[in-house]
Amino acid sequence: MSDSAHASSQSFITKYIFSTDHKVIAKQYMFTGFFMALLGGFLAYVIRMQLTYPGESIPGYGAINFLQYNSVVTMHGTIMIFWVAMPLLLAALGNFLIPLMIGARDMAFPKLNMLSYWIFFLSVVVLIASFFVPGGAANGGWTTYPPLSSAKYSGGQWGVTLWLIAVALEFAAFLLGGINFVTTALNMRAPGMKLFDMPIMVWMQVVASVVFMLSVGPLIAGAIMLLLDRTVGTGFYDPAQGGDPMLFQHLFWFFGHPEVYVIMLPAFGALAEVLTVFSRKTIFGYKMIVYATIATGGMSFLVWAHHQFVAGIDPRLATPFSITTILISVPVAVTTFSFMATLWKGKIRFTTPMCFALGTISLFLLGGVTGIHHGAPASDMFLHDTYFVVAHFHYALIPQVFFAFFAAFYFWFPKMFGAMFNEVLGKLHFLGTFLFMNVTFLPMFVLGFMGHQRRIANPQMFDTLRNAQVEHLHFIATIGAFGLLLSQVPLLINLVVSLIKRKAPGNNPWQANTLEWTTSSPPGHGNFETQPTVYRGPYEYSVPGAAQDFIPQNVKQ
Amino acid sequence: MNQAVNVGTHSKENFETLGIPTGRLAMWWFLASEIVIFGGLICIFLLMRWRHPEWHAEAEHTLNFAGGFNTLVLLTSSLSAVLAHDAIEKGLPKKAASYLGYTLLGGILFLGVKSYEYAHEIGAGFVPAKSMFWSFYYLMTGLHAVHVIAGMIAIFVVMLGVRKGQNLQRVELVGIYWHFVDVIWIFLFPLLYLSA
Repeated sequence: MSDSAHASSQSFITKYIFSTDHKVIAKQYMFTGFFMALLGGFLAYVIRMQLTYPGESIPGYGAINFLQYNSVVTMHGTIMIFWVAMPLLLAALGNFLIPLMIGARDMAFPKLNMLSYWIFFLSVVVLIASFFVPGGAANGGWTTYPPLSSAKYSGGQWGVTLWLIAVALEFAAFLLGGINFVTTALNMRAPGMKLFDMPIMVWMQVVASVVFMLSVGPLIAGAIMLLLDRTVGTGFYDPAQGGDPMLFQHLFWFFGHPEVYVIMLPAFGALAEVLTVFSRKTIFGYKMIVYATIATGGMSFLVWAHHQFVAGIDPRLATPFSITTILISVPVAVTTFSFMATLWKGKIRFTTPMCFALGTISLFLLGGVTGIHHGAPASDMFLHDTYFVVAHFHYALIPQVFFAFFAAFYFWFPKMFGAMFNEVLGKLHFLGTFLFMNVTFLPMFVLGFMGHQRRIANPQMFDTLRNAQVEHLHFIATIGAFGLLLSQVPLLINLVVSLIKRKAPGNNPWQANTLEWTTSSPPGHGNFETQPTVYRGPYEYSVPGAAQDFIPQNVKQ
Repeated sequence: MNQAVNVGTHSKENFETLGIPTGRLAMWWFLASEIVIFGGLICIFLLMRWRHPEWHAEAEHTLNFAGGFNTLVLLTSSLSAVLAHDAIEKGLPKKAASYLGYTLLGGILFLGVKSYEYAHEIGAGFVPAKSMFWSFYYLMTGLHAVHVIAGMIAIFVVMLGVRKGQNLQRVELVGIYWHFVDVIWIFLFPLLYLSA
């Protein structure tokens, strides 16, 4: 914290590389996340090409064998969840916004924050290195279930071992980050800011961090056990030695399902901010959203075993887990409908962030509704491990990881970089992404109902899938994937052009209320020139009788 | 919490909205995540142990004097950690540093006895891959030992600072952590040593 005094005397290295400033760390996380998204996107391209033109050489990759295909699928999932969703939604947004939104100079522990990023960076290095070891990268699926990930079946290669180390480092980074987030939000709030004066985004980041911290432990233990199985020869997951492979599935999903909500909550936080500002209305049901968020976080610990309906679970357990799985959609629906009610009769401004926010809601509904099919064991038996599942979780995750993140990215871009982006390019980015997202993943619902298993490298080897309809659907999905990747070009152009042009946005380009808009764009080291004091809630828009249609939180009256 | 401790945590930027020192708040959150790691592991062990009553034959080999002695050592080292905190509250950093030194000695003794146990067991053929009981034994005591080592490094760093009169509030924080390591052992000891 004493670092802020020396802001002017910082060298390039302490200012941009080993920085303790939360805003710089947020950017480091964000650009690392972008880089990993490109890598994950490239792997998606390889998957699509192989499925559409099985066995043919893929431009930019070459011929792919089945083992390599397994690696590509595994790493695509791993990267997109752990190295894109987590750094973008949790680390980048949380780091940038929590101190600014609560009126703090920085995080509670700036050095811990820097350590968190560099551990994360190390995990990236280990993960990328795993592509180049003998035997290739991990190939047991992003869930790394044993025995697929055991020394025996993964060929005893290095891939899975490095995967486990990289994931462990990543978890350590986010544990440090999570402790920072929670203590900062609880203990560093500006004078006058009560818990229920915090913007929804801060609530979401805090609940997500707590859920992460309380769910990841058993998987850390489980990962150590898998590592010992692979290296020392123990048999925790080997029935021949008295172990149980199902154990890993339970440990993985005890973390893995709460993780879905760890990703979802910060995305919802972004929606709450963007939707209210561009509806010019107070948020519908602030406290209801907060309580629903806490309920979602709590219930997320009680749904994991729906992943084992097919692998084998006592029917007496399947029913309660089915009930909790369907029940958790209630608090999620409360939040979603509160967002929609916020729009009702608002003065809607269709800016780029607003378009992405509306896109998130509409796409996420489809992802949420198709979740019901998996919560009920009867339909899950049929749909498990098919492309229906693949379509379902892409409809659940892409709206959050990309649409909601882009809503946040464009919304806070002026604050982050002190430059305004180009609206036309932004809308082009939105339209392309929205259109091609559906072109890519809608056909997969149909493929799933046709019985197309996920993770198979060549559908033409199966009698039931060797027909023109399957080929057509794969072809459409591949066209969509190309479109989806190309639609990101306007984003890159926009980023480069607006950073060169540097059109100054002013402190508060969106006429928003929360504290980050009361300081300069970008905020200097230490964030606020004078300590803000909070007098009101974050969403007082269009208050009858007020001079303007917004009243910032630090305005007394 | 008296003033002597709060000197280090209070600063202009640090509001302590909740009235709890930020360092202590962070330590409790950190321990919450640690509890889930060991809690998960202990649950797994209990579920497995329940299904395999025959493990008691293996567990008999851990029931010896060394385990009991080590429990005593670890509990005593926690006592001196408390005394160190007490000395800080009374404004006696030099005394606190020497109490932390005793805690460190306890940690060294604990690890020494544990190494002797490991060597003895491995010599008798009870290696990690021998059976599931031994896998769990080495996993759980090993993970605990890693925490003991981490705690000792932290205590050493804090002790050096306290000698120079710096970061006095950290004595309480490493104390909380050391108690946690102690409590984990209190769970592991009956599960792995006494359950024969």
